[in-house]
Amino acid sequence: MNWLLVVAGAVVGAPLRYLTDRAVQARHDAVFPWGTFVVNVGACLVLGVLSGAALAGAAPRSLNLLLGPGLCGALSTYSTFSYETLRLYERGRRFLAAANVAASVLAGLGAVTLGSQVARQLFA
Amino acid sequence: MTGPAGNGPGAGGGDGPGGGDGPGAGGPGAGGAAEAAVPAEAIDPDVDLHVPAQRAERPGPVLAAIAAGGALGASARYGASLLWPAAGPGAFPWTTFWTNVAGCALIGVLMVLISEGGRTAPHPLVRPFAGVGVLGGFTTFSTYAADFSRLLDAGEAGRALAYAGLTLVAALGAVGAGAGLTRLATGLPVRGGPRGRE
Repeated sequence: MNWLLVVAGAVVGAPLRYLTDRAVQARHDAVFPWGTFVVNVGACLVLGVLSGAALAGAAPRSLNLLLGPGLCGALSTYSTFSYETLRLYERGRRFLAAANVAASVLAGLGAVTLGSQVARQLFA
Repeated sequence: MTGPAGNGPGAGGGDGPGGGDGPGAGGPGAGGAAEAAVPAEAIDPDVDLHVPAQRAERPGPVLAAIAAGGALGASARYGASLLWPAAGPGAFPWTTFWTNVAGCALIGVLMVLISEGGRTAPHPLVRPFAGVGVLGGFTTFSTYAADFSRLLDAGEAGRALAYAGLTLVAALGAVGAGAGLTRLATGLPVRGGPRGRE
């Protein structure tokens, strides 16, 4: 049952990453991988809200599994992020590679913190 | 007029992913003089709209392949987290660490095999299924950031920074090693891709 919840979240999360990535690229043509950046930071924000709600006792375990390891786990990606960074570096775009790493880590951490704080205020 | 007969702008609408437009569209010879001398290679392994074959991908079969792969990848990650649970809220998240490092090594291998040096996948759904789905679903950036945040909250600032930094170094090293060794094995230049393009 727990496993099915994770699968249900992932079945939505992985295609949502592809669709969001396409939509971002279609509107914003750039060398910087904005599509992956947006999905990763977005997933961090959702996971932050979820963990804040769980701490406040407002998120049942089933919702945690569906949205945590399921949706957010599949929506976000480390493999795409690292391959993009490698390609940028190898193409001589070293500043963009470093900026991708710094911006993704800082924005991801910031999004988790923000989401968690907002949820704690909302559900406390 | 410009492209080879039957493989013009209509290919995106009428030709399925199993059709013949995949290898031809990205191949070195098909682009003709209109394309840049260097074939477009993806920076984004999930989907890169600079690559004509990916821009023309039909959503139905592609999304189904991604969903199936994502379910497999996320199941493997969830299974690993049950087999090797974190020791506590202040412990180093080794399971997430190794999951991400392994997934990064594998994406390096996969992308060299199916997209670099003019190569194409044996089937148009290989990248959506294995790269976007399985490996994208297996690895996770959100849990990485949440683990980082939780270690900070637990007063383990040193361990939080060590986790964040070590994951970055190991993941980037893994993708570089995976891609580099696969290029070596397949005879492609070890430093991939043309430099200074765009």
